[in-house]
Amino acid sequence: MKAPSPLARPFTAAPRQETPPLKAAANYLLVCVAVIAVFWVSLGMAGITLNFDFVEQYRDRIGSGFLLTVELSAASLVASMAIGVPVALGQSARVLPVRYLCDLYVKLVRGTPLLVQIYLFYYIIGTAWGIDNKVVAGVVILSVFAGAYIAEIVRGSLLSIDEGQLEAARAVGFTRAQTVRHVVLPQLVARTLPALTGQFATIVKDSSLLSVIAVIELTQTIREITATNYNFFGGFLLLGGLYLCLTLPIMFVSKRFEKRFSYAHEA
Amino acid sequence: MRMRLEHLEKGFDGVPVLRGIDFDDDVTTLAVIGPSGGGKSTLLRIVGGLIAPTGGTVEVDGERVDYDERTLPSYRSQLGFVFQASGLFHHLSALENVALPLSVVHGVPEDQARERAADLLARFGLAAEEAKRPTQLSGGQQQRVAIARAVAASPKMLLLDEPTSALDPEYTNDVLDLIRDLKETGTRFIVVTHEMGFARRACDKVAFLHGGRLLEYGESARLFDHPATPELQRFLGKLLEWSIR
Repeated sequence: MKAPSPLARPFTAAPRQETPPLKAAANYLLVCVAVIAVFWVSLGMAGITLNFDFVEQYRDRIGSGFLLTVELSAASLVASMAIGVPVALGQSARVLPVRYLCDLYVKLVRGTPLLVQIYLFYYIIGTAWGIDNKVVAGVVILSVFAGAYIAEIVRGSLLSIDEGQLEAARAVGFTRAQTVRHVVLPQLVARTLPALTGQFATIVKDSSLLSVIAVIELTQTIREITATNYNFFGGFLLLGGLYLCLTLPIMFVSKRFEKRFSYAHEA
Repeated sequence: MRMRLEHLEKGFDGVPVLRGIDFDDDVTTLAVIGPSGGGKSTLLRIVGGLIAPTGGTVEVDGERVDYDERTLPSYRSQLGFVFQASGLFHHLSALENVALPLSVVHGVPEDQARERAADLLARFGLAAEEAKRPTQLSGGQQQRVAIARAVAASPKMLLLDEPTSALDPEYTNDVLDLIRDLKETGTRFIVVTHEMGFARRACDKVAFLHGGRLLEYGESARLFDHPATPELQRFLGKLLEWSIR
């Protein structure tokens, strides 16, 4: 059988085969051009002209807003892991009140919009307990929110650890602590890291909602700027672009983790 | 290894699997045979300290096995276990699978553990597979790595639970040859198996488990040539039905 030329089918992927990088890049470029073209035509039809002159003028404010978004997200990622992992363990705790508390927390947080949680927390709990630093309140709210999702990710991975692996650990003579250290944790990390990285991208985007309590992160900065210069289209297009600058690399890393740890799902 | 079982019983959720097993002998190489559901794997797991019996006692070399999670790890570490399939740690390479228990459980310094693991794998014809993860190995290679891990710390006894049941015939022979070679270098083992040729020719003694009872036990040649109970006669007869000769 003759090997098909790589140029014979420029737009189709061979099943179960890695697409050659050049072919992948060319097709990706094609899609990007098409998307931008549709967007550009739409702008023209809606009679909008884009203007990014304000960027130079407000460079410092946009920069500090961007920085605060990064800081909020990073702090929330760490704090939400500190909440999510114990909650995941707590959901199978022997002490029933602990188990149900963790369960209730996950259900309440996952069952209500983040916007509702932000208002409730900031105006009721924040006021009652004297948390008037908006950035701190923002980190707490985001962490509590993301913690519930992280708990679900970790719990799913814990449940998916094969009973045979635990039996093998007992068979070679590992104690419980050694089993956790050498078998459960490494396999848990392999299974959760791609999803956790993805969750980080979600935290970055969700931090934009903190603008409603006037935390001057990226979204709030742009809202304030557009409120004075009325350049909404330019402002929010830039906003979207800046979030992509953060989320696209994170998604890329998540994909890499997925490949690196693919063995965790093959077995 | 002297093994004494006294009226050993095990039930799962009230369903009896072992109904009183008595055994007292010096075990060199022992095949446990019998129909599926007869309690073979359960017996092996109890002897290996992986699960606790619901009644009766196990005594090894005069010492009673105390089914307490605090003392069991050290008891298990004196034995080598090989499971039917996938007893290897998914996240470790073949070499690490063998070396990790050596360093963690047996206190061998890490570089020496890796060296010993590499030697063993080379001896088992797996030098080229050292760095591969279990999913990158064939079933037969996985089982040979599992055997390497089980013998690495020179256990008192190997416990093999249907080590070839999940393998293609050609791989089955690789694994069985390896176990026979180990026997020739003095390794003792108990194997649960459906490979009757292996049980007969490579194992000194055979135990026939049926319906949770130890119906027959003795020299393998005697059991296969002169089965005393109708159950064993029927069991062996069924196996012969589709044999080549």
